[in-house]
Amino acid sequence: MAHTIWVLIELENGKPARSSLEVLGKAAKLGRAEAIVLGAAAAEVAPELGQYGAEKVYVHADETYDTYLTLPAVETVSNLLKQHQPDLLLLATTYNLRDIAARLMVRNNIGLITDATDLNFENDGLKVTVPWGGENLVTATHPYQGTGIVLVRPKAFALERYEGRTAEVETLTTTISTEAQAIKVIDTVEVASEGPALEDAAVIVSGGRGLGKAENYHLVEELAAALGGAPGATRAIVDAGWLPYSYQIGQTGKTVKPTLYIAAGISGAIQHLSGMKGSKFIVAINKDENAPIFSVADFGVVGDALTILPQLTEEVKKRKA
Amino acid sequence: MKIIVCIKQVPDPNTTVSKLDPNTKRLVRTGVSLILDPGDESTISAAIKLRDTIGNSELIALSMGPASAQEGMRRALAMGCDRAILVTDDALAGSDALATARVLSSVIQKEGADLVFCSTESTDGYTGMVPGGIAEFLGIPQLTFAREIKVEGTKAVIKRVIPSGYQTVECQLPAVVTIASGSFEAIYPTMKGIMSAKRKPFSQLKLADLGLDAAQVGEQGAREKILSIGQVEARAAGQIIKDDGTAAQQIADFLQRYQLL
Repeated sequence: MAHTIWVLIELENGKPARSSLEVLGKAAKLGRAEAIVLGAAAAEVAPELGQYGAEKVYVHADETYDTYLTLPAVETVSNLLKQHQPDLLLLATTYNLRDIAARLMVRNNIGLITDATDLNFENDGLKVTVPWGGENLVTATHPYQGTGIVLVRPKAFALERYEGRTAEVETLTTTISTEAQAIKVIDTVEVASEGPALEDAAVIVSGGRGLGKAENYHLVEELAAALGGAPGATRAIVDAGWLPYSYQIGQTGKTVKPTLYIAAGISGAIQHLSGMKGSKFIVAINKDENAPIFSVADFGVVGDALTILPQLTEEVKKRKA
Repeated sequence: MKIIVCIKQVPDPNTTVSKLDPNTKRLVRTGVSLILDPGDESTISAAIKLRDTIGNSELIALSMGPASAQEGMRRALAMGCDRAILVTDDALAGSDALATARVLSSVIQKEGADLVFCSTESTDGYTGMVPGGIAEFLGIPQLTFAREIKVEGTKAVIKRVIPSGYQTVECQLPAVVTIASGSFEAIYPTMKGIMSAKRKPFSQLKLADLGLDAAQVGEQGAREKILSIGQVEARAAGQIIKDDGTAAQQIADFLQRYQLL
């Protein structure tokens, strides 16, 4: 019998998030894919989910999901889990879906595997591939009967089209409890950014804590410009407020695979490595010769990025002239 | 007000490439330099700052781990936490996020906290599932990815980092708050802090003290199972040089050799 895989579709400004659609496409390859879509725009979005692989869509068009974080979705999905027992709940790794997943795990006492890059059903068991640390590749499973949760690493799967597929739509009429309306969004501030096209860039120059302070980040931007590439950043300097989140490369940021990746002042925490290790050529500049970034570098320089970056920018301009 | 900050000792991410032991299927901790999770330094600092702003409050550092985790907790005390609780028990080895959340939340339940601080995710496991799990076990809301936090009356209000900017999010206390790493400048322990840390209350708890069953935690209680541990195809070793003033030229040579200019 085909396995049933549920995918909770995240909405961004009333549209399904690309990361959720990628996961839905994978779910449709694994078995019978069913989507859950919650929020004011849910009813509008539902019909188009068929062409991304859904055979059925559970819809609850209620704006409570947009105003209150996490708990309304946890309540609705938990109720659905009690009525139906899918084999798997498959989720993209995003801020909101991670928050939801953690509570679903506890409320329903179910297993959860994070950061998957692949998964398959084999001999009736699920096998999930999780790259771990710099060197290890783990395969894991949910050993018990019942539903398990898997969170998928961004960009692990490409968008799939299932032309002509139409999804059966089931409209939910539940009322969200007042207890679930506890985490209230007061306002949302969009920080305007030029949005470097990191995902598509052939060359990326990225900076980390080793740059010392935000004012030095322009050295990264200048080298990126000279190479015709895009500037990127580590989680540490994004969290420190140097740059908007759109620059972040790593496990909780963007996964990139450029031809050339230059890491300046980046120590190479696993968080960062997992987002850029797929680059064809990696050049690293760091003061600490023991920094893990050197373990993935094709060419590494033990030295000060603040000195070398401007010199390299000049050298690149000279040789390209 | 009582504030609890959940912390963890991890292999130093700046000097160690973490490995798993193919036999035990657990993190290799021997021969590895273990430190207080750098993300936790930021989280502890956020908690200290809030405690001092509110006044008349107590800050407790809480961890689950092997006895060696005491070192990291001493650092938390030296930074300014008032006391520490370590849950350490052989039966906890191999615990998953669900079990970890179960154990930590049972301590928090006993202590009774108004606010629980956690880092968004640890620097070794990166699942990020424990804080939300704790909140669910306690039946309280969670405010996540905070880069700022304040308490207004009976409410906690945060600035929550999101991909396109930030949100202002609020809930009633008690609540779990996760701090986005690096959002708060880490407080460095002073000599006075290090000396006074030695005299601060430090309690150790076993599973039995929490009334938890060994079958619910550790490897036995894990809801996931590792089937095998393989090796990622290693990148061929690269060339590493020390900058002698010609590094920029040498990098440019490398780029030219592979037609990357």
